[in-house]
Amino acid sequence: MSWDRNQMAAIAAREAQDGWYVNLGIGIPTLVSNHIPPGVSVTLQSENGMLGMGPFPFAGEEDADLINAGKQTITELPNSAYFDSATSFAMIRGGKINMAILGAMEVSEEGDLANWMIPGKLVKGMGGAMDLVAGVGRVVVVMDHTNKAGESKVLKRCTLPLTGKAVVDRVITNLGVLDVVPGGLKIVELAEGVSKEQFRSATEAAIVD
Amino acid sequence: MSKVYSDATAALDGLLFDGMMIAAGGFGLCGIPELLIDALRESGVKNLRVASNNAGVDDFGLGLLLQSRQIKKMSSSYVGENAEFMRQYLSGELELEFNPQGTLAERMRAGGAGIPAFFTATGVGTVVAEGKEHQDFDGRTYILERAINADLSIVKAWKADESGNLIFRKTARNFNVPAATCGKVCVVEVEEIVPVGAIPADGIHLPGIYVHRLITGTHQKRIEQRTVRAKETA
Repeated sequence: MSWDRNQMAAIAAREAQDGWYVNLGIGIPTLVSNHIPPGVSVTLQSENGMLGMGPFPFAGEEDADLINAGKQTITELPNSAYFDSATSFAMIRGGKINMAILGAMEVSEEGDLANWMIPGKLVKGMGGAMDLVAGVGRVVVVMDHTNKAGESKVLKRCTLPLTGKAVVDRVITNLGVLDVVPGGLKIVELAEGVSKEQFRSATEAAIVD
Repeated sequence: MSKVYSDATAALDGLLFDGMMIAAGGFGLCGIPELLIDALRESGVKNLRVASNNAGVDDFGLGLLLQSRQIKKMSSSYVGENAEFMRQYLSGELELEFNPQGTLAERMRAGGAGIPAFFTATGVGTVVAEGKEHQDFDGRTYILERAINADLSIVKAWKADESGNLIFRKTARNFNVPAATCGKVCVVEVEEIVPVGAIPADGIHLPGIYVHRLITGTHQKRIEQRTVRAKETA
């Protein structure tokens, strides 16, 4: 047994604290906004220049001037604010964003993150990911524990080009939750029905108790 | 001296030369200077070096200048939506300099603010840092990034007054502000030019000091990823 995408998003949503400013990446992280607990007020940043990102618009109400960092049409909220890209990344680099939740291809036991490039394959670019992991207070990665071939994505060392070195604080996978601590990764929680032995055998990185 | 020109071709007259560096505003297809890009294509100017977060799509935005092989080098953070871009890049016809998005924005901002280079933690320990000067401040390592100073800035805003004061609309502001500031000459296209005084002085997003030439025209404003939600689940 393991968590599905929505369960992983719900686990990640528990990370959010009341009053926080949060940046969500593309993929499973986007689902996190559906699971923010009641009573917790979180303002979402979209790095193309918006705080207070609202849900997708109703059909017929799309606005070409209002998109998120994934270029999808979105809406504004009563507390929304717009700004330019330099200001947007100044708040990211300046440490004003409390948390970023991002997808990943690989994470290492030292908190290195690779999520932008596979050599020899189509290179699309890092977008704002390198800025986010370097500047945001807390970096949480949400990803599948293994790749399609069943190989661990939680590694001793990343094999892919890095997005950032020693930048990840917590990893949430379909098998459980890990914190990056001195000497390796510490298990915080296991998914229902996943034993410690199963978890360890699916993980290449060092797990410390 | 009026900043208002009749159309994009007139506004670019005398500014273009082969091999020039252009800074362009826009994020994806949102807030791109589409009229000026069309006029650049018609001008036939070649070997352009373009700093722009993205490269448009195959048949719109900067993709049009790739199609016509007018661009020699792109400095961008993300180029995923453009098949012709990929083809030219993989075949070696096009140079590509990947910049982290915030580094690209700050390089433009710094260029416009007279700052030749700046230190940032973004990219430390990655390929972006290779060959760049590293320095520690207060126990953290930073890399030195150079400013961008362009020959020409091309920008899209929502409204301008006749003196060039600009306001942008929603997330279409994006790279248009930093791009506008880093060029020797900045040409801006807007949806509407209003009389001086029609935009409250406190509500101006970019003052006219940065704006040298101004045009208005009809914009397509294409949507790249149309996403909606159903009424009943709202």
